[in-house]
This record gives sequence, structure tokens and C-alpha cells, in this order.
Amino acid sequence: MDSQIKLVEKLVKKFKEKIVFEEEHGTLFVEKDTFFDVMTQLKEKYGFNYLVDVTAVDYDEEIVAVYHLMVLPDCNKIKVKVKLDKQNPTISSISSLWAAADVQERETYDLIGVIYEGHPHLKRILCPDDFEGHPLRKDYKVEARR
Amino acid sequence: MEMSRSQLQDKNLKTQEITINMGPQHPSTHGVYRCVLTLDGENVTNLENVMGYLHRGMEKLAEDRTYTQFIPYTDRLDYLAAALNNIGYVETVEKLLDIEIPERVEYIRVIVSELQRIASHMVFIGSYALDINGFTAWMYTFRDRERILDLFEIISGSRMTLNYPRIGGVSHDLTEDFIAGLKELLNDLPSCFDEYDGLVTGNEIFQARSKGVGVLDAETAINYGISGPNLRASGYKFDLRKAEPYSIYDRFEFDIPTGENGDSYDRFVIRMEEMRQSLRIIEQALNDLPEGPIQAKVPKVIKPKAGEVYHQIEGAKGWLGYYLVSDGSTKPYRLHIHGPSFVNLGVYPEIAKGGNIQDAVVILASIDIVLGEVDR
Repeated sequence: MDSQIKLVEKLVKKFKEKIVFEEEHGTLFVEKDTFFDVMTQLKEKYGFNYLVDVTAVDYDEEIVAVYHLMVLPDCNKIKVKVKLDKQNPTISSISSLWAAADVQERETYDLIGVIYEGHPHLKRILCPDDFEGHPLRKDYKVEARR
Repeated sequence: MEMSRSQLQDKNLKTQEITINMGPQHPSTHGVYRCVLTLDGENVTNLENVMGYLHRGMEKLAEDRTYTQFIPYTDRLDYLAAALNNIGYVETVEKLLDIEIPERVEYIRVIVSELQRIASHMVFIGSYALDINGFTAWMYTFRDRERILDLFEIISGSRMTLNYPRIGGVSHDLTEDFIAGLKELLNDLPSCFDEYDGLVTGNEIFQARSKGVGVLDAETAINYGISGPNLRASGYKFDLRKAEPYSIYDRFEFDIPTGENGDSYDRFVIRMEEMRQSLRIIEQALNDLPEGPIQAKVPKVIKPKAGEVYHQIEGAKGWLGYYLVSDGSTKPYRLHIHGPSFVNLGVYPEIAKGGNIQDAVVILASIDIVLGEVDR
């Protein structure tokens, strides 16, 4: 945890008000336009070589893209979140940094509708190609049980 | 008379690449998985994954079920290693609830997890050999897997979809039948593993079809987010149970088998070794099994505090992760399941390109996917 706080201090010094560290859950909130630079720094300068998970959560006012990164073999972890506007949820793709993001970004696009700019072939992966809507959004209602 | 490609082209005969489907109904795709192959003769020039045939919308379902109601759904994720999925999920919820798990529960969970890992690897060995037309191995591994499934039926009532752990404990205690059967199994399994080695691992045809096929080096593997046995086969010695021990794995002694070349043969051999290491863990856990309650004190209505947590375990196919966002109510606000097979499949086009079509089948078998986890 100490190394993470030092790391965050360095990043905040570099990117100033564009990133905010929320201590309670160990989350780094990053603004959309500096997101790709921060991720490049995390990979190349701070050694986060392993992308653990890419996902997104649909809240009332916004959609938040969530990334979990890890350093192998030390197991230091960091969580990066980016708040996106619900009407226009676009964010830079990180598939050029970690190839693991390729299939996971397609899944998040398919189910929640986050558009990853720069992704080589962003198309639906789990739902059929002609499916309409994004199922994991809160306003996508499924039929009631029983 | 056989003519070479250049001879054919000299005679103004055109060759053409063809695009064909492999799947979704196919005996060697390990489930309803489809890939679109572009072939030049027998060489694979391009391969595209198409998944989603088993997508059941589990993450959406989770938002409408209570925490305990979702446990049976996790069985159906990696349906060959149901106990591991269950345990990963309940551990995630327990992290949010911040409760202490009784010792006996931890030991029982480890025993069931490792038994389940052995069962999953047995299916891998059988189906890998079957894909190369070695029918006998399938029968041998399934004969022994039956004994493990019988043990599961004793404690949970079900062979494959166990639904065994609960939030804060397990549903039923181990019975005397179970312990007696387990001790007998621990005695017999080492010779069964040697039987598989004699039948498959040392087989000349198997080695010719697997060695040097689908080579994946460690750096590419880390970049593609590969985890679990596939990462270890590429020469990277890393196991979540040792590097970041969860539950009580730090109390057991076991080795981490690591491959050298990252080819399909290595991916096979280290899973054989992992089964032997799992046996070691089960023996140690059985020896130290303490008495005690099988359920911690949890409230009747489970309402974790608002917050979020990410928890990952060493599943049978890789690192199974659960990202849980709670808003303080009885149902999860968002549950994201990180299925290792889904991410492992992302590297399949990369390592199958350039080989021929029969190698593509072997590589898919060696990656060890299960469609429940890929599609959720």
C-alpha cells in the first residue's frame, strides 16, 4: 500500500488536477482526455505489465469505466476509473498497450455501450450482431420472473 | 502425379484462399464455439473467434437475485470446475461483509477446490487426447473422474453443479463416507496418473502432434492477459495461491510446475503435474482438518455495506475474478465476472496463424477453454 501511495503522489504531481486518488477504495479517478497518457505511464514507467480486468458500471448520472492493473510478479494492484457521459460514452482504447483489452473492450461495448476509440475491430462479441440495445444498462428491462 | 504449387502456377492454375466455419457444432471445439478460418490449402492464414453462443446474461441476472440466490448460477460458469467458481464468488461477498470464516470451513473449501481442479484437468487430458483421436484416454480419465463426482454427490447432492458453499460457510459437513472414499481415492490416484502418462504423455504420435505447436512466449502471454496453467507453461513461474495466498493456501506445501517452451506439449504436461500437486494439498488438508462449526455467524438477510471489491482466485483455467459493486441492498448493483477462458481465447488467433488446420485443433485443445466461462 505504501508503494501505491508514493506512486499516486508522483502521478498527481505530473498530471495535477486531471487525476484524483480516492483513498477509501484505492481508486484513481482519471479524466477522459489524459486517460491514455496515464495508462501509458503506468505501463511503461511504473511497470504495470498485466491488465487484470476491463469493465464498466452504469450509474444514475454517468457510466464509469473501470480498469484493474497489476504488476507481475510483485502483485501490486491499482484500480483506475474514468467517468463518462451517458449520452456519449467514448474513451480511448488501450488495446495497443495491453492486447488483453481487445476482447474485454468488445464485451463492454456489447453489453454496456462504451465506445472505445482506436480499437481495431469494435463489434459485438457476445450478443448477436444485429442485437439492438445494450443489455447491462439499467434502463434495459428484462421480463419479470414468474 | 503430385505437383508442387509452383508447378501448378506455371500451368496457369489458380489457387484461392477459402473461408470456412469451424463450429459451432463441432466435436473438437469444446462446446458451442465457432471460429472462421481462412485457409490457403491446409495453412491457416487468418482465424477469427466468434463466441456468444452460450451467452445467458449472467451479469444481468445477478442484479436481480440476492447474494445467496446467485450461488447456483456460478456453478454454471465453468461447469467442469463448479466448486472453484462458487468459492470465488462467496469469498468476494465475504470480503465485502468482512466476516471471519471458521477454520473447518476453510479446510473443507480447500479440499473440495483441489478435488475439483483434478476433475477439471482430467477432462482436459481426456478431451485433448480425444481431439488427436486417442479415444482410450477419454475413457480412463472419465472412469477416475466418476469417483470424484461420487464424492461430491455425497456431500452436496449433486455431481457437477455443486452449489456447495454458502456465504460464511458450507452447506453440509463432510461425512464419514466422504472421508473414507477420499482416503481410498488418494491412494489410487497416483497410479492412475502414471497410467495416463504411459498412455498419452509418452505416446510418440501425441508428442509429434504437440511439441513445437502453438508456441506462446511469456512476454506475449502477459500482454494478452493469459493466466493460470497457460501462463506457467510459457515459462513464467507464478501461481496466485503462492504469490497472493487467499483462504489458507499459505499453510500448504506444494510446487508450481512450470513449462519451458510454451508449446501445446508443455501446456499438457504441467496440468498433469498440477494434478499431482493438488493431491499433495488435499493430503495435507485432510491431515490437519480441525473440528468446528461449518457456518460463520452471518445475518439472515445478507446486506453488505455499500462499496466495491475485486477478488480473484486461481481457478482451473486461469484467474477467475469477480468485481462486485454493492449499494447496500440485498442484491448486487453490478457483478462482473472475469472469465479466464474468455481472455485466453483472445490469444488463439495469434498463435494459430501460420500453422496448419490440424495444429489449430490441437492449440484450441491445449488452451483449455470451457464455453460457460467464455460466454457467461
